[in-house]
Amino acid sequence: MQILNKVDSPTAEIDPNAFLVIDNLSKVYPTPTGSYTVLDGINLTVREGEFICVIGHSGCGKSTLLDMVSGFRQPTTGEVRLQSQVITEPGPDRMVVFQNYSLLPWLSAYENIFLGINSVWPEKPHAEKDQITRDHLAMVGLSEAADKRPGQLSGGMKQRVCIARALALRPQVLILDEPFGALDPITREELQEELLKIWTDHQVTVLMITHDIDEALLLADRLVMMTNGPAAKIGEIMDIPFPRPRDRAQVMESPTYYELRNSALDFLYRRFAHDDVE
Amino acid sequence: MATNISTARNPYATSFGTKVLNSLKNLLPTAVATLILLTIWQLLCSLPGATLPGPIQVVEETWPLIIDPFYRGDGTDQGLFWQLAASLQRVAVGYSLAAVAGVALGVLVGVSTLMFRALDPIFQVLRTVPPLAWLPISLAALKDSQPAAIFVIFITAIWPIIINTGVGVQNIPQDYNNVAKVLKLSKMKYFTKVLIPSTVPYIFTGLRIAIGLSWLAIVAAEMLTGGVGIGFFIWDAYNSGIVSEVILAIIYVGLVGLLLDKIICFIADRVVPAD
Repeated sequence: MQILNKVDSPTAEIDPNAFLVIDNLSKVYPTPTGSYTVLDGINLTVREGEFICVIGHSGCGKSTLLDMVSGFRQPTTGEVRLQSQVITEPGPDRMVVFQNYSLLPWLSAYENIFLGINSVWPEKPHAEKDQITRDHLAMVGLSEAADKRPGQLSGGMKQRVCIARALALRPQVLILDEPFGALDPITREELQEELLKIWTDHQVTVLMITHDIDEALLLADRLVMMTNGPAAKIGEIMDIPFPRPRDRAQVMESPTYYELRNSALDFLYRRFAHDDVE
Repeated sequence: MATNISTARNPYATSFGTKVLNSLKNLLPTAVATLILLTIWQLLCSLPGATLPGPIQVVEETWPLIIDPFYRGDGTDQGLFWQLAASLQRVAVGYSLAAVAGVALGVLVGVSTLMFRALDPIFQVLRTVPPLAWLPISLAALKDSQPAAIFVIFITAIWPIIINTGVGVQNIPQDYNNVAKVLKLSKMKYFTKVLIPSTVPYIFTGLRIAIGLSWLAIVAAEMLTGGVGIGFFIWDAYNSGIVSEVILAIIYVGLVGLLLDKIICFIADRVVPAD
């Protein structure tokens, strides 16, 4: 037995009724020079309706971790369970908002959203599917742009359509992989606030990868900080105690904000500083 | 009031006028280059001992063919319109069959790694076979020159369509496939909403290469199979010693080839989804 040190994943007792359970997950890739461990012994229990942000340096396996929740990749050991069901493949109950939008460029904003609704609920009457599509376009403030194709939309608008497409399917978990990374700072702030509002209204469980500590502090209930790869683990989980509903100014004025921010910075840039300078 | 409409101040008329003027400007260099080439040709053919007719002689000798393309005679004695129409008809049949079969095989090879490994090497070998090398086999198999010529078109046109479609399917961005997976799109929806729209630009690249090859092949094939058609017309004119008719036919072949290419481009512009 190896002695557990401080950075080892917290081996919390798993509540059998927990909503989303990541149980002793590891991912190993075989390579010509031997096996390469990306993630090693990840344990995380997420409550229903919780907002989780995952942060860590590039290459630490954050995306691999979320891919195993969404079902795009299979863990080497361990499993991910959503309401006690082991996840084996992608599905609309775990909708993903990809970093590069991934809207189909030949379909309008409306059609992109409708496609998913039509695929998940083929038996619903057309009028109802139409209404769901329009409601979600309205939710992200894009009713006017319904007939525009992704090529005619700005980056922020495209990401709004992606969020609308994902939430229209009433997913149990919303997975966002650095959703705002490609946006300019002003649009990013707007979308963070919009996501915050949508999350408050929908009470959906969110797993979100980010590079931005401030973004995580504004949005998340807990911030999962990953150690560097290979064989990355969960280094620390920070509780973010700001009361809800949150407001950017309010959050930033809180003295706790800087304590938390410094603690996260300390983790990322001192205790687990990346080898190569970015 | 009526005079107002017809004045150049009408913005619609002005933009139309500018358009015509612009296209004339674009055509000017082509016209000048053509004129220079014709002059060189005329000069070369005026040299003592020239074996080919110059442009003026060609026009003089083929004037009846130029002014009466819709002439109807017996057997292969038809106006140039009918000769070209007969060739185009063969191309249309062979090319359409190749388009359907080529896209289907291309999709098959694109979606299935197994099929790609099995079939791609065979395609790579067969596509290098010159079109006319297929003619004896198709004559032997089909026993008739008409279907044999169509088969040659088919087998010439199909390879670029298969290969480009296959590459297009393999190049569907992973993001789109991930979206299809997470939305659990049915096979049918995946085909119509993701695979085909994503592959269409590649398909049209293949179709465009294929139409050019088809037209190249038909002229050669008809020289050997005979009957009404621009290929045999050229061969027949050569055998009758009327080189002017050969030259005129070559010019028509070139113009029709250009037209076919433009038609495919025109359709592609309408069909290929904009970004």
